[in-house]
Amino acid sequence: MTYIAKPKLHHPSLARNAAGYTRRDYEGKISTLCAGCGHDSISASIIQACWELDIQPHRVAKLSGIGCSSKTPDYFLGNSHGFNSVHGRMPSVLTGANLANRELLYLGVSGDGDSASIGLGQFAHCIRRGVNMVYIVENNGVYGLTKGQFSATATKGSKSKRGVINPDEPVDLIGMALLLRATFVARAFSGDKKQLVPLIKAAIRHPGPSFIDVISPCVAFNNHEGSTKSYEYVREHNAAVNRLDFIEGREEITADYAPGEVVSITQHDGSVLRLRKLAEDYDPTDRIRAMNYVQERAAAGEIVTGLLYLSPEPADLHQYINTVPTPLNQLGTKDLCPGSAALDKINAALR
Amino acid sequence: MTPITATNDFVVKFANVNGSGSASANELFARSILRMGVPVSPRNIFPSNIQGLPTWYEVRVTEKGYLGRRGGVDLMVAMNPQTWDNDLREIEAGGYLFYDNSKPLPESKFRGDITRIGMPLTEICNTTYSDPRQRQLFKNIIYVGALSALLEIDPKVIEQLFSEQYKGKEALLQSNVKALHLGRDYALQHLNCPLGLRVKPADNVGDRIFVDGNSAVALGAVYGGASVCAWYPITPSSSVAEAFMAYCKKMRTDAGTGKNKYAIIQGEDELASIGIAIGAGWNGARSFTATSGPGISLMTEFIGLAYFAEIPVVLVDVQRGGPSTGMPTRTQQSDILACAYASHGDTKHPLLFPEDPAECFEMTALSFDIAERLQTPVFVMTDLDIGMNTRLCRPFAWDDGKEYDRGKIMTYEKLEAGADFGRYLDVDGDGIPYRTYPGTHPTRGGYFTRGTTKNRYAQYSEAGPDYVDNMQRLMRKFDTAKSLMPKPVLQQAAKPASFGAIYYGSTSPAMLEALDVLAERGVPVNALRVRGFPFADEVKDFVAAHSGVFVIEQNRDAQLRTLLVNDAKINPAQLIPLLHYDGTPITARFIVDNIVRHVDTHSVVPLKKAMA
Repeated sequence: MTYIAKPKLHHPSLARNAAGYTRRDYEGKISTLCAGCGHDSISASIIQACWELDIQPHRVAKLSGIGCSSKTPDYFLGNSHGFNSVHGRMPSVLTGANLANRELLYLGVSGDGDSASIGLGQFAHCIRRGVNMVYIVENNGVYGLTKGQFSATATKGSKSKRGVINPDEPVDLIGMALLLRATFVARAFSGDKKQLVPLIKAAIRHPGPSFIDVISPCVAFNNHEGSTKSYEYVREHNAAVNRLDFIEGREEITADYAPGEVVSITQHDGSVLRLRKLAEDYDPTDRIRAMNYVQERAAAGEIVTGLLYLSPEPADLHQYINTVPTPLNQLGTKDLCPGSAALDKINAALR
Repeated sequence: MTPITATNDFVVKFANVNGSGSASANELFARSILRMGVPVSPRNIFPSNIQGLPTWYEVRVTEKGYLGRRGGVDLMVAMNPQTWDNDLREIEAGGYLFYDNSKPLPESKFRGDITRIGMPLTEICNTTYSDPRQRQLFKNIIYVGALSALLEIDPKVIEQLFSEQYKGKEALLQSNVKALHLGRDYALQHLNCPLGLRVKPADNVGDRIFVDGNSAVALGAVYGGASVCAWYPITPSSSVAEAFMAYCKKMRTDAGTGKNKYAIIQGEDELASIGIAIGAGWNGARSFTATSGPGISLMTEFIGLAYFAEIPVVLVDVQRGGPSTGMPTRTQQSDILACAYASHGDTKHPLLFPEDPAECFEMTALSFDIAERLQTPVFVMTDLDIGMNTRLCRPFAWDDGKEYDRGKIMTYEKLEAGADFGRYLDVDGDGIPYRTYPGTHPTRGGYFTRGTTKNRYAQYSEAGPDYVDNMQRLMRKFDTAKSLMPKPVLQQAAKPASFGAIYYGSTSPAMLEALDVLAERGVPVNALRVRGFPFADEVKDFVAAHSGVFVIEQNRDAQLRTLLVNDAKINPAQLIPLLHYDGTPITARFIVDNIVRHVDTHSVVPLKKAMA
């Protein structure tokens, strides 16, 4: 971490986005994570994505659990409300927050310890409920804050810094997200911002449960030989299925790829996802085949990255439970209280 | 043997098999007496089971309006061969046994000191109905019909209840009326009607309503403006959320669009349920969860977070007996300490103690104002006895001029005007800071919510003085809570009393009856019903004004007494625990016997007088 505070004054020539904000307006406190931590790259990608999308920072709610990754919401979007909640329970707090005000953008930040161990249940259930959110797991296969224990996503047979071999099968968060029908599922590598930023942008604009598993190496405890979450290992085994360009609005797509190489998907809000295929015949709208593909490549030792699944018909919890369009936290006494006349009727029926 | 004779003052107990459809017939019986103007107090005693195990329904008929459990049985309606021996034992000498004599029973199965009333219920059903389900269901209505003749219950009243229940379902109505008269006519022709026990029309019910506490809590949540409910099924609290669903569907659906002005989530467990409620509270919606003791245990980590992060949320704890299965379908007041001090770190929480469904409604509605005013978790402490039994209580009332107290909210306008916003800043000296809802202002009012580790402006701080400063403010806030809790209710004895009694919650009806009996027996006792924690100053004054104060509770460890000692700093020597915790609701008899025994052993008789 650095101890040098960033100056608050902006250079006047700093570019502003359509919402009138500079990139600096999306920053947060100085990170307290280790120098070179993958999580800081993810924070930078979130900042970049929000700036590029012209999002008003205060319309974002950042929620996290406990752990290194869960500390990061303090390091981006400093004008947004943040909630560093309880270990493994971010999904429920986010669900409740989302129920109270459906108009904000909900960004859930978690880690592999937070989501794949203690929070596995809440991870699964918030996805199967279809909470409209961007759920990012900063996945390094290790417990950082408690100094180097294996997490539940560590590969079986991988080696800890102390030389211990992990005897347990890893929890496959991508597989679970697909199984439980997250409507947007992606995997990325924190070391590849070109891949990560468009994925975050697409997830933000996606109106349903979006899950991004970001492999994010821990330089302090899991970046050695024998680890399957080190920078080197991930670079060597990364098998991207596609490259995503995220385009706001219905802009015309300039064809700089040969026909057949690019798939364009228009989302409900009009934004366009332009995917350059890297794996032949990979169809990110086919959930069953996506599940098979990811499993097959994983068995072959590859880490499949890219936009793995995108539902053509996304929906969210508010649709399922049929709530009013007005945020529930804006309903007043008049909306909520049925009044004494209705109560008299109830009394009469109870005699 | 002299058969018991009593009018409008007796106990009927129905021994049934779970899942046989007896519950609605038994409630019909209770309601019919109520409609004759005679108060009743029914109680379910049920197993952890859906079908097959024994279940009981005890109805106390009480013209005087004593709604506590009396103890003892004057008429047993023994419909369950499984529990026959025990059921028979419970009947008071001179009491009555109503049973199905379709199959002969050996003489050894009976008692000589009670009146037997045998009726061939199965035989009647089998000759009248061919469908097995009908045989079962109508058997219950037939015995209600027979009882109406035996106890002089007006059959017109029962027919009226049927017509209300089966409005627009003519066939069902007719078949029920037929079954009723089948039983009644048989009884009039073949049995000695009426018994010594009789119901006589009276006018002692007034405008009171007959409702269960869990429904009342749910209705209180609707009126209190709860818009988010997250819950996980657990006996005896499940019907709170279920009733909330039903009331919301009726009263919170937008007439124009058909959309819901509420959100209800059945969580995957209690941890998620409280997490959802806290997330919604953080984001400015009124939210609650309903659970019982084991759920509170699971929620405890989150309760601590909400306390330190100062998030309003309401928890309804319908208390029951202990963990696991079995006793949990019985009643207790055994989560007082678990809730008052729930969680890690230094925490304490406001508790509300409703005595009946009317207060369940009022206090639940109030709890949302308190939670938002104090920005903290608030507990509504009911129990199975109030929650799952229909109880006669004053009607629900609502003042249409009332606006919700949303507490101290820093709005866009205030921020824009340049207000100094510190999330944990004590601006008014009452320990309560201002909060912003997420998304309020583009550049001001945003903050990062954490448990501890912060200064007054919500900046990360591990400095000891910042922690202490915050904890002391939380203490001031808890002091402010005192002024928001409902005041205790004093019941002054007619004659000067040296002893006092403190009680709360579902002990209320038994206590009020006990006070009358004690007065009759020359043991005047002043009583104070505590309705909230932290305690009002009156509680301490009350104890100081008496030579000894009984603290009457339905738990083993004298939990409220511990709070009185610990929090109100009352000398424990002045507080005499009087504890009932076998899972049945406390009775006036129990309270009277224990108080009298104590007073007798402690009235010191001068030695000379004793020797003389």
